[in-house]
Amino acid sequence: MFELLSVNELSTNVKEYVFKAEKVVRHAKPGQFVILRVDEEGERVPFTLCDMDKEAGTITLLIQTIGASTMKLAKLKAGDKIADIVGPLGNPTDLLFANKILLVSGGIGGAVTYPQVKFLASQNKIVDNIMGARTKELLIYKDNFDKYSRHNYVMTDDGSYGEKGFVTQKLEELLKVEDYDVVFAVGPLRMMQAVCNVTKQFGVKTIVSMNSIMVDGTGMCGGCRLTVGGETKYACVDGPEFDGHLVDFDEAISRSGIYREQEQNHICRLTGKR
Amino acid sequence: MEKLNRILQNEQPAEVRRSNFEEVCSGYTLEQVTAEANRCLGCKNPQCMKGCPVGVNIPRFITEVKNGNLDKASVYLKMDNNLPSICGRVCPQEQQCEKYCVRNKIDEAVCIGGIERFVGDYALAQKSKKLDVEKNGRRVAIVGSGPAGLSCASELARAGFEVTVFEAFHKLGGVLSYGIPEFRLPKRLVKAEISKFEELGVKFELDTVIGKTIYVEELLEEYDAVFLGTGAGLPKFMNISGENLNGVCSANEYLTRVNLMGAYLENSDTPVVTGKKVVVVGAGNVAMDTCRTALRLGGEVHLVYRRSREEMPARNAEILHAEEEGINFNLLTNPVEIVGENGKVTGVKCVKMELGEPDESGRRRPVEIKGSEFILDCDQVIMALGTSPNPLIKKSLDSLECSNRGTIIINENGETSIENVFAGGDAVTGSATVIKAMGAGKLASKSIIERFK
Repeated sequence: MFELLSVNELSTNVKEYVFKAEKVVRHAKPGQFVILRVDEEGERVPFTLCDMDKEAGTITLLIQTIGASTMKLAKLKAGDKIADIVGPLGNPTDLLFANKILLVSGGIGGAVTYPQVKFLASQNKIVDNIMGARTKELLIYKDNFDKYSRHNYVMTDDGSYGEKGFVTQKLEELLKVEDYDVVFAVGPLRMMQAVCNVTKQFGVKTIVSMNSIMVDGTGMCGGCRLTVGGETKYACVDGPEFDGHLVDFDEAISRSGIYREQEQNHICRLTGKR
Repeated sequence: MEKLNRILQNEQPAEVRRSNFEEVCSGYTLEQVTAEANRCLGCKNPQCMKGCPVGVNIPRFITEVKNGNLDKASVYLKMDNNLPSICGRVCPQEQQCEKYCVRNKIDEAVCIGGIERFVGDYALAQKSKKLDVEKNGRRVAIVGSGPAGLSCASELARAGFEVTVFEAFHKLGGVLSYGIPEFRLPKRLVKAEISKFEELGVKFELDTVIGKTIYVEELLEEYDAVFLGTGAGLPKFMNISGENLNGVCSANEYLTRVNLMGAYLENSDTPVVTGKKVVVVGAGNVAMDTCRTALRLGGEVHLVYRRSREEMPARNAEILHAEEEGINFNLLTNPVEIVGENGKVTGVKCVKMELGEPDESGRRRPVEIKGSEFILDCDQVIMALGTSPNPLIKKSLDSLECSNRGTIIINENGETSIENVFAGGDAVTGSATVIKAMGAGKLASKSIIERFK
């Protein structure tokens, strides 16, 4: 059993959970994910590590309450325990080859870009960040991004905070004047696809984090397969990060809906989008 | 000699069982098992044992069944086989012990599997005596709690080793839990067999992926030896067009959702989709399990296999059971493309095959019949084409030598290219059987005992 040490509501739908998971955190690196199971009837659901504290033996997960398992999670209080956490799984992100990096996140995608901005800042890299949300209330970790990035650009669909518009608008604006070595984009599939369409025009290398449906997270089920550069890859063991210009997003979008009918509102994907 | 046909084990009628997950075969009654045991000739030079990958002394335990001494029968059986109630259910006996049974020449082989199952179940129901083993102070880490790991663990624990088994999943048993369905191997049995290991002092650590959570090098610092029984977890696909359409999945995924995650139970949060018309590609035990699971979840099921009935690798009993339950066999048929609309499967384009000259496996090679393409309409395709070993450990352990198929290379003692790291089971052979994996675990345990005794 794994103890929930604290839970903190970040917006109506998003909570920050800190779990005691000493074994998981020992070798964990930013970009990797865990699979957790709330109780005996629970699904195995993957979540990217948002933060970790090796000394305290804790991991932090940002989770959007969206389906059966996350609703169960949302009911937990500090001190409660969940059945399983296994990890770290997948490959760590490696953006160290770059010196000037642009992070782009949509919605809860910030849970994946946050450990990067924190880590890259510690490596003295130049990091700019674009974060987007539907509305002000859904902006997550804004202060943290402000703290670690050189510039943090905030976009809201309704203009309730920062600039009104989509992250791709700001992206295009920046790519015209800045020369980033790489763009790292995480968010809903359509947003990542739109980001890649823009960066392709500018010829800027782009890495995306794919949050496919999976069961085991170790290459066993094949549920998370996607086409990258014409080849079939598994998000769990080959990813979760891939060259965004090579990913077949239309297929990934279609595959993300496999269990939609069954789950109704429950989507077991890292960023919990649909 | 007088002919005396074998006594059939009791089964749920096909029309009943096709809509439930209860065990298909309920085995023998005491009266039946005694009668079947009496069919055993008790050969002085027993041929049956030649066929057993773990070398069970078959006539010895059957003789005790004849004598009505089930306690003794279970002691003898468990000396050679740690998981008898499981093996009695899932071993391909007709390709192993029963194949060599002398009675084949007279009438039919003795139903060794059925007798083993009865004795195994009897042993499980008894309170086990606490085994007093003197600890030798040596520690072994076993990676994977499937048949290979369990068999290695129990041999070592009996020999006085302190054994810890690491399992990646949240449940123990490996393929016994995620792969083989409830109607063929009830999970309460797997649990019960494993709880006997706990009584032996074997420790289990769940949710631990070796190569990710803990590295093999770290295990070697804490343990005298490591046994890798990581199985063959990676599903194979055909690499034909349309395989990433919605509605195509691996048998591994389908069965894991149903068996490990209990997706067929109402209270499970894990979803599983079963089509109205399901095509299962392959003809091994996993293919049969997949067909029969999909049938129970409401699908009309069509099996597609490129060779003929004779070459089907599944156990006889599974093929018969599948047929009785109404699985449609499309033999000498090979998928060439999966077709779909709007990202969803609508059918499989197949070609008819005929058998040509024997290939390197000795089986006649299937050859396409030109111009025989046709579309088999369906809304789901499940690939049951076998599996290959999981590369997770290799990825974290460069010095571990593997073949180009990804299987771990071992020497005749079961040791890998790394000193004190042993391996066995599907991780070494590629997908095979429960009993072969157990044999490999046992072999490695002997080498470890020999080295550290």
